[in-house]
Amino acid sequence: MDFPGGKAMDAVFYDSQRQGRFSFYMTSGGEEATAVGTAAALQPEDVIFSQYREHGVLLHRGFTLQEFAHQCFGNKHEPGKGRQMPIHYGSKALNFHTVSAPLATQLPHAVGAAYALKLQGVKACTAAYFGEGAASEGDFHAAANFASTLGAPVLFICRNNGYAISTPATEQYKGDGIAGRGASYGMASTRVDGGDARAVYAATAEARQIAVAGGCPVLIEAMSYRSGHHSTSDDSSRYRTADEMRRWRARDPVERMQKWMTHQGWWDEEQEKELRQSSRKQVVEALQIAQKEDKPPLSCMFTDVYADLPWHLKEQQAEVADFVRRHPEMLPAGMPNDL
Amino acid sequence: MHNSGVIVFGEDVGFGGVFRCTLGLQEKFGRHRVFNTPISEQGIVGFAIGAAAQGLTPVAEIQFADYIHPAFDQFVNEAAKYRYRSGNSFNCGGMTVRAPYGAVGHGGHYHSQSPEAFYTHVPGLRVVVPSGPREAKGLLLASIQHPDPVVFFEAKMMYRTAVEEVPTGDYTIPVGQARLAREGGDVTIVAWGQMVAVAEQAAAVVQEQGGVSCEVIDLRTLLPWDRATVEASVSKTGRLIVVHEAPITSGFGAEIVAAISKRCFLRLESPPVRVCGYDTPFPLIYEPLYVPSTPRVVDAIHEAVKF
Ligand SMILES: Cc1ncc(C[n+]2csc(CCOP(=O)(O)OP(=O)(O)O)c2C)c(N)n1
Ligand SMILES: [Mg+2]
Repeated sequence: MDFPGGKAMDAVFYDSQRQGRFSFYMTSGGEEATAVGTAAALQPEDVIFSQYREHGVLLHRGFTLQEFAHQCFGNKHEPGKGRQMPIHYGSKALNFHTVSAPLATQLPHAVGAAYALKLQGVKACTAAYFGEGAASEGDFHAAANFASTLGAPVLFICRNNGYAISTPATEQYKGDGIAGRGASYGMASTRVDGGDARAVYAATAEARQIAVAGGCPVLIEAMSYRSGHHSTSDDSSRYRTADEMRRWRARDPVERMQKWMTHQGWWDEEQEKELRQSSRKQVVEALQIAQKEDKPPLSCMFTDVYADLPWHLKEQQAEVADFVRRHPEMLPAGMPNDL
Repeated sequence: MHNSGVIVFGEDVGFGGVFRCTLGLQEKFGRHRVFNTPISEQGIVGFAIGAAAQGLTPVAEIQFADYIHPAFDQFVNEAAKYRYRSGNSFNCGGMTVRAPYGAVGHGGHYHSQSPEAFYTHVPGLRVVVPSGPREAKGLLLASIQHPDPVVFFEAKMMYRTAVEEVPTGDYTIPVGQARLAREGGDVTIVAWGQMVAVAEQAAAVVQEQGGVSCEVIDLRTLLPWDRATVEASVSKTGRLIVVHEAPITSGFGAEIVAAISKRCFLRLESPPVRVCGYDTPFPLIYEPLYVPSTPRVVDAIHEAVKF
C-alpha cells in the first residue's frame, strides 16, 4: 500500500508543483524502500526525527494523503499552520517530529529524546534519518558521540543516495562511507541495500532490538540512488548523465518489491495496475480538496512564537490588523481575517 | 587585476552553485581553485579563515544565509578576533563569505532570513549588503580586496528580478560608503539590499500622490556604517525611516535610530521610525504582510510628515 501510494503521491504532487499549484516539492524516488522498510520494522511508540525525504515513514505510520496535501497547500487543516514550506510535515499523534530544513540539526535531538525515553523507562527508541551529505555537518558527529557515550537508544538511519544536491558522495567524504564511522564512535553499524525493502526491514528490526535492549545507538547506512531531481528547484541533468540515471532507475525499489511479490504468487500485474490507478485517483482528489480550503486565519501569524502572546507581539498583531483594514488587498488570498 | 590566490568554494559551488553565481568558474580557473566542499558551514568558514591567514584570498559561499548559523563561532570568536588577539601578527582579512539572504515569496522559515544584525554585533567583521547587480560587482570586488574579513549578504530575490547593465571591466565601490539612491528634502529613508527598491518605490508613490520628497539612502555597508551620510541627510530632512526585512527587535535599524536620534536630536521633526519584519520566525503564508511592502513604507512616510 505504502509503495504505490507513495509513488502516486510523488508523481502527482511533483506535477502539481510544476503546474504552480504550490511552491515546492521533493520526491523520494529510488529511496522508497529505505523509508518504508525501516518504518515497518519500528514500533508506533518509537519517535521519528526525519530530514525531509522520508515521507514513506509517515505514510506507513498512517498519515493520510489528505494530510500530506493539506500541508503542501499550507491550509487551515495543516498542523504547522502554513508557516513552513511544503513537505515540512509533522505529526504529534504519529510520533513524527516536524521537519526542519537545516541539515543534521535533528540528529542531536534524536539522541536527547532517546535518552529521555530510556530515563522514562519506555521500551522504545528514536530513529533519526539523514542523508550522506548531512552527515558532514558537525551535528552528526556530536550526535554520534553523545549517543554512544551517554548510551542513548537511537537508530541513525543514513540514506546514502549518492548525491547532496549536485555534490556526488565521492566529494562528500573519503573512506568507506558513513557506516564505517560507527565503529570509531564505538557503535554497532551496518550497511544495507537501500533498494531492497526486505533487507532494510531485517536490518532495522535487528538494530532496534540491539538499541532498545542494550540502551545504545546503532547506525544503518542504506545505499540507494536519488532517482529524481534534488527538489523542484533543481535540474539534475546539469550534473549527472542520463546514462547513470537510467542504470539506477532500472533498479527501482518499488518494482523490485513488486517483482518479488509476483514471484511469490501474492501479487499480479492486474492488481498492480488497479492499485496504481486508485492511488493516483486518491492523490488527485486529496489535492483538489486541499487546494480549495482556506488558509489559516490572520491571527496565526503571531501565535506559537511563545506559549503566550507577549505585549510586543500583541502590539505588532494590532499593527498588522490595522494595516489590513487600510489595505485589504494586501491580505493573502484565502486567508480569513479574524482580527 | 588578477589574484591567483583567490579560491572559491562552498556547497555545490563546483557546478555553478544553486543560484548559478559561480557558473563557469571551475572550467575557467580549475578544480583546485573552485571547488565543492562537504556540507559543513563551520568547516567552510573555518577553512576560509585558515586559508586567508596563510595568504590566500578565499571567497566562500554559504548556500543560504539561513544556514550560516553553524559557522557563527568561527565568525565571532575566530575571524573577528584573529587580528586583535595576535596584536596584528596574524589576520584573516583576505576572506569574504557570500550568503544569499532575504525573502523570495516562497521560502518560509529557512530560505528567507536576514541575519545581518547578528554580524553587526561583532567587532572585527565588515558587513556588506549590495542593492543590485552593478552594486554587487563593485562591492564584491572591494570586499575581496579588503584587508578585513567581510560577510557579504546578497538579496536572493534579485537573482531573478534584477535587470541592469553591469560593466564588464574591473571596478570597485568602497566598503563603508553609503549611496544616495534618490535625493529629496522631506524624509530620509535608509535601507539596504532588497529593501532599497521598496524604499524607492514608496518614495515615488508619495511624490506622485502629494509631492512629499524622500531621500533614499542605500547604506551598502552595515559595519562600520556610513553615519555621516545618514546624519547629513536627516539634518536636512528632519525625518528618518529605516526599513529592513529582519525582525524589528535588535535589528540594525535600532542602531541607526539611536545614533541619529542623538546626533540630530534638535533638528528632528518627527520620531525616527523603523518599518521592519515582525518578531516572529519568517512565516510562509504571511510573507506579504511580514516583509516591509511599499504601502507599509508609504504609510510610515505619511505619518512622519503629519506628525
Ligand atoms: C545547514 C544546512 N546547510 C545547507 C543546506 C542546503 N541543502 C539542502 S539539502 C542539501 C543536500 C543534502 O544532501 P543529503 O543530506 O545527502 O540529502 P539528500 O538531499 O540527498 O536526500 C543542502 C546542501 C541546508 N538545508 N542546511
Ligand atoms: Mg544524499
